[in-house]
Amino acid sequence: MTAEPGGPEDRLRRFATIWSRAVYPVTSTSLTRPELEERLLPLARQLSEALRARTFDPGTAKGIGAALIEAHCTDPESLSRTLDCVDAYLVLYCGDPDAPADVQEAQRTRSSRLQHAMAAGFAQELRERTLAEQEAISQAALTAQSEVAQALHSSEARFRAVFEGAAIGIGIADLDGNVLQVNGALLRMFGGSENLVRGRNVAEWTHPDDAPQVWRLYDELVRGERDHYHVEKAFYRPDGTVLWTNLTVSLLRDADGRPQYQLALMEDTTERRLLNLRLRYEATHDALTGLPNRTLFFERLEKALAAGEGQRFGLCYLDLDGFKTINDSLGHAAGDRLLVEVADRLQSCATAPGEMVARLGGDEFVALTTGSDTERGVDELAGRIMNALVTPISVDGRELTVRGSIGIVEGPVGERGSAEVLRSADITMYRAKSAGGNRFELADPEADARTITRHGLTTALPMALNRGEFFIEYQPLVHLGDGTVHGAEALVRWLHPQHGVLGPDRFIPLAERTGLIVPLGRWVLEEAVRQARAWQEKQARTGPLRINVNLSPCQLTHPGLVSDTVDILEQAGLEPDALCLEVTESALIGADDDLLKPLRRLAEMGVDIALDDFGTGYSNLANLRRLPVRILKLDRSFTQSMQQYPADPVDLKIVEGIVSLAHSLDLAVTVEGVETGAQAEQLRILGCDTAQGWYYARPGPPERLHDLALVDATG
Amino acid sequence: MERPAWAPRSIDISVPSVSRMYDFYLGGSHNFEVDRQAARKAMEFMPGLPKIMQANRAFMRRAVRFAVQEGVTQFLDVGSGIPTFGNVHEVAQRAHRGAHVVYVDHDPVAVAHSQAVLQGNEAADVVAADLRKPQEILASPQVERLIDLNRPVALLLVAILHFVEDTDDPYSAVAELRDALAPGSLLVLTHASYEGIPLPQERSEGAVDVYKNIRNPLIMRSRDEIARFFEGYDMVEPGLVPMPNWRPDTAPEDEDPYSFSGFAGVGRSA
Repeated sequence: MTAEPGGPEDRLRRFATIWSRAVYPVTSTSLTRPELEERLLPLARQLSEALRARTFDPGTAKGIGAALIEAHCTDPESLSRTLDCVDAYLVLYCGDPDAPADVQEAQRTRSSRLQHAMAAGFAQELRERTLAEQEAISQAALTAQSEVAQALHSSEARFRAVFEGAAIGIGIADLDGNVLQVNGALLRMFGGSENLVRGRNVAEWTHPDDAPQVWRLYDELVRGERDHYHVEKAFYRPDGTVLWTNLTVSLLRDADGRPQYQLALMEDTTERRLLNLRLRYEATHDALTGLPNRTLFFERLEKALAAGEGQRFGLCYLDLDGFKTINDSLGHAAGDRLLVEVADRLQSCATAPGEMVARLGGDEFVALTTGSDTERGVDELAGRIMNALVTPISVDGRELTVRGSIGIVEGPVGERGSAEVLRSADITMYRAKSAGGNRFELADPEADARTITRHGLTTALPMALNRGEFFIEYQPLVHLGDGTVHGAEALVRWLHPQHGVLGPDRFIPLAERTGLIVPLGRWVLEEAVRQARAWQEKQARTGPLRINVNLSPCQLTHPGLVSDTVDILEQAGLEPDALCLEVTESALIGADDDLLKPLRRLAEMGVDIALDDFGTGYSNLANLRRLPVRILKLDRSFTQSMQQYPADPVDLKIVEGIVSLAHSLDLAVTVEGVETGAQAEQLRILGCDTAQGWYYARPGPPERLHDLALVDATG
Repeated sequence: MERPAWAPRSIDISVPSVSRMYDFYLGGSHNFEVDRQAARKAMEFMPGLPKIMQANRAFMRRAVRFAVQEGVTQFLDVGSGIPTFGNVHEVAQRAHRGAHVVYVDHDPVAVAHSQAVLQGNEAADVVAADLRKPQEILASPQVERLIDLNRPVALLLVAILHFVEDTDDPYSAVAELRDALAPGSLLVLTHASYEGIPLPQERSEGAVDVYKNIRNPLIMRSRDEIARFFEGYDMVEPGLVPMPNWRPDTAPEDEDPYSFSGFAGVGRSA
């Protein structure tokens, strides 16, 4: 449609523009104003047509009012502005300005009528729309709520399924303790009968094993002071048996937080508990004898040692004498039966409160007594044990006599730890055993300390060799005739990190027992030979220095003795005749040819063999001829008496006799322990060949000997 | 105790809902007296609130048309609320007959109403889910049915992010959605801010307090904070601007002063 300026169409558009400008600010449409104007234009046209229609029908304006609502002009203010606009401009822009006055008057009347109708249409449509939207939103709310209700229902169904199907017992009670609801699992735990559980009161379910806090927690919960508690609790089932449970009780509150119900979740732990008890029993008892084992014994001992002031303890450590023999000869089964019988007898010895017997393993048993008077009690206990073993034990038709050695430790608690106490008892038991067995000994701290040190040294020995903790001191051997240094004896020392320098008497016996003597002895030989070679190189003009090295009995029987010695000499480049191996007299007592063979081989090579400590054993003088020995070393006991003046004439005679005997056998004589000049002179007169002792020099580092020799050579 | 995921959320229509309040501001009757009371209370502080909502709707309408012009015809409108006039699916489907729209809201009443409105519309659907859990949205059967994640999507976050508190990490949620969408997707976003409100801040705070009191706090963010939501997007001209200034159809100076409150913008993912 063309809108010729000033023409009817143009005027209609201008009316629509004015209308849209009036209404737009009070609408909430997302249309732009021009878009709104586009929507108003057809409405304006309808108004215009109604204004000028031959037959006037104000009803059409109702639809225009309704259309405003559809255009989302729902604010009543938009109606007000619309009516203002129609009133002021409809006739002006859409009426006939050239019409006679009565026609114009009629059009103004029509305009009023149209406004009334528009208002009615607007109101009616707004009402419809409002109702429809209210209906829609209510429906939506209802739908959403019914979906929630449905979800709630299915959630409740799920909860019910969980409640009924749970393996865990669930019960709900009110705050007075009345049981309101229980599930199947809980009923089964209590034996299955519903009326014995439901309707009862929680407070009736006391049990003697209830922990002290159980009912305090319960009271706090029902008073609303606590929201949960978790306890282990026992219940009596209606049939009198006991049900053990892991019990969790929670407080249920209403929406305002007020306590309402209590919810109990319980897990039946009866079986598990029994199993635990059995496992605990098995873990703490000896399977063979049924006695408490080492674990339980230590628990009890530790408890006893932690008891209060004034308390004492007594411990008997029993080891059967000769059990190994029984085991070896009669077999393990018989040995086991014996142990069972011993265990039974021991058990009957320790029946008083505070007493217990345990098997530590093998044939080792312990009995413990506690209290304030264990000084007397432990003696009696040991006595009872010894008595219990007196009667022979019948095994497989044999009457076996069983003896035992007991180490007793007794004392006040709180001073020593369990390990220390047991070690002391163990050591003491060994003392009883080495004293012949079938007895009991009381622990002695000094004896313990010695043993403990010895034990410590024994275990430290192998490492000590690796760590280079040993070193060698040399004591000169002096020619009695002219006072020249003839050679030196190598003496091994141990520089122990804790105990300081230890002499050979402290560790050689230990090394003998552990077999370490072989590597240690080889090391000493190597060092000494190397040192002798070094001395020779330095003072070739004063003649060779000899080196004396001790051989222990163990080394004597070691098959590698000869070859090792040869190797060592060759490696160092030392002549065999510069070496003297000292062997104790006692090591050679009763020696057969096999034992002497290596010594002979060495002697044939030129190595001197000295008989050390001569005169201390029951020397078989006749035997002396048979031995490949070149030198006798007189024990220091012979020279000790010569320290006084005048010397004991008998001793002088003996030494004189030995020297003459030795010389007649073509043996040289060396004396040890020379401490005074008088002694030295005496021995020289008696014909001894060489001497060593503090009079000349104490054992010292190799440099010292080197210096001595130099002095000797030059002086 | 926290509500387990499978336990139903309860509905309490005696508590005001922001989506029904929004409908009231826009002259609708999809609301209850509690909603109107709260909305009137907020309007006591900010009489122009309805104009802000209207500007949001008008911006969204322009942005949807822009998306269609750009060839994006899949719409994911998160926080869609109560459908009133000029809904995304109406605008989009008018601009492009085959446009697909998925609405997302966590208000069960809004969702139920949307379902009623969308009945029979094969190309539009609604998901009950929460912006704070983007995976619930992305994994929903409605999204699976209507949105092809291999093609660009217009993600509408119109007047929603200012209801997500920082403790719920809205930036991560927006990033997670961005990462799930194909390159070339559009982020259409508006957000409330104290910037641009033609009132002293104390007055605006009165309105903000109303939302705090109905347990739906309104988080006013600065322009910079709002711009951070567009991380990973290139801003479409004219950038992040007051709503009437974004590609206006008519002169912005004719708009109500309130409609300049807050910011609007569209970003395109690279």
